[in-house]
Amino acid sequence: MTVSYDKSKAVYEGIRSAGVRSISALPETWLGLLLQRAEDDPEMTLIQVAKEEEAIGIAAGAWFAGEPHVLLMQNHGFLAAINGIVSLAQLYHIPLCMLIALRGHWGEPYPWHTRGGNVTEGVLRALQIPFEYAREPDRVAQQIREGHTLSRSSLWPTALLLTRDLMEEVD
Amino acid sequence: MERRQCIELMYPELEDKVVVTIMGASAQELYDLGHRDNFFYLQHAMGLASSVGMGLALHRPDEKVVVLDGDGSVLMNLGTFATMARYAPKNLVQVIFDNGSLLSTGGFASHTTSGDTDLAGIARAAGIRRVADTDQLMPFGEAILEAFEEDGPHVVVARVKAVGPDNYGMDLHLPENAFRFARYLSGRRGDS
Repeated sequence: MTVSYDKSKAVYEGIRSAGVRSISALPETWLGLLLQRAEDDPEMTLIQVAKEEEAIGIAAGAWFAGEPHVLLMQNHGFLAAINGIVSLAQLYHIPLCMLIALRGHWGEPYPWHTRGGNVTEGVLRALQIPFEYAREPDRVAQQIREGHTLSRSSLWPTALLLTRDLMEEVD
Repeated sequence: MERRQCIELMYPELEDKVVVTIMGASAQELYDLGHRDNFFYLQHAMGLASSVGMGLALHRPDEKVVVLDGDGSVLMNLGTFATMARYAPKNLVQVIFDNGSLLSTGGFASHTTSGDTDLAGIARAAGIRRVADTDQLMPFGEAILEAFEEDGPHVVVARVKAVGPDNYGMDLHLPENAFRFARYLSGRRGDS
């Protein structure tokens, strides 16, 4: 499997088109080209964390600072960040715009990702976090803008699930 | 040395700084001295006060950001030291009250109780250059003044007794605290 250069570009341009110039992230394969773009972009502040829950705190700090921000993480990182999401973002009504690489789902060849892939949607529902699946590069920019807008109007987390169709090259 | 004394000593200097505290005694002792809208009390999500401080410091380099942290909280997010060292915001001061106790959740021993685990040493080894460590009030005051005046990031470990306030409570709803804190910051930038 190969991560798509063009589709990663579409996601990155989507983040920029939302007016966002600040990203927190924990690197993973599907996010690699995106993070490379962020690193090479002099207008973008990229903060890589040691564990995803840290990024919830950083995103809250960015919100207090008045800086539009998105979080990039894998779904297993989302699972690792839940108490921060619940007991910081939701408790204090702080928006989070999360872009989550949905590993372990349709077409996943790696066994180790499959448990997380199966439960991600159910956990998002349990946390009452509005989410959408992003599958098409032509639509992803709008989906990012809308997720970002909703998080800030609702003062609540939103999640856009970045799927295999969106992130990988089609053979 | 007690945490309350340390916070009292710092309090006049906090008027023009952006302050994030952890839950429990640290939050209460600061609140009891007089709440200000530039104080944010993170009453849950243990470990993330320093991350909130990082997010603030990196996006508002014009402000001095002070985090009042604790040993129990820091032990839940040791990675924060490495992230802080990597991005090294000059305007961030992390004060860690190490009382060797999970005081606010029942007074259980923490990993620092024995004295074997050295939070200042962990911070230094993570790459933070400005680290102070003391159990005396005068050196604490000197370390704080230095941290407030000079570029950081700074970590100040204050080894304090495991005692806290007799009564807990704030006339402040949690989202209200967050909203007023955000307004303070937008007002400081002139975009409120």
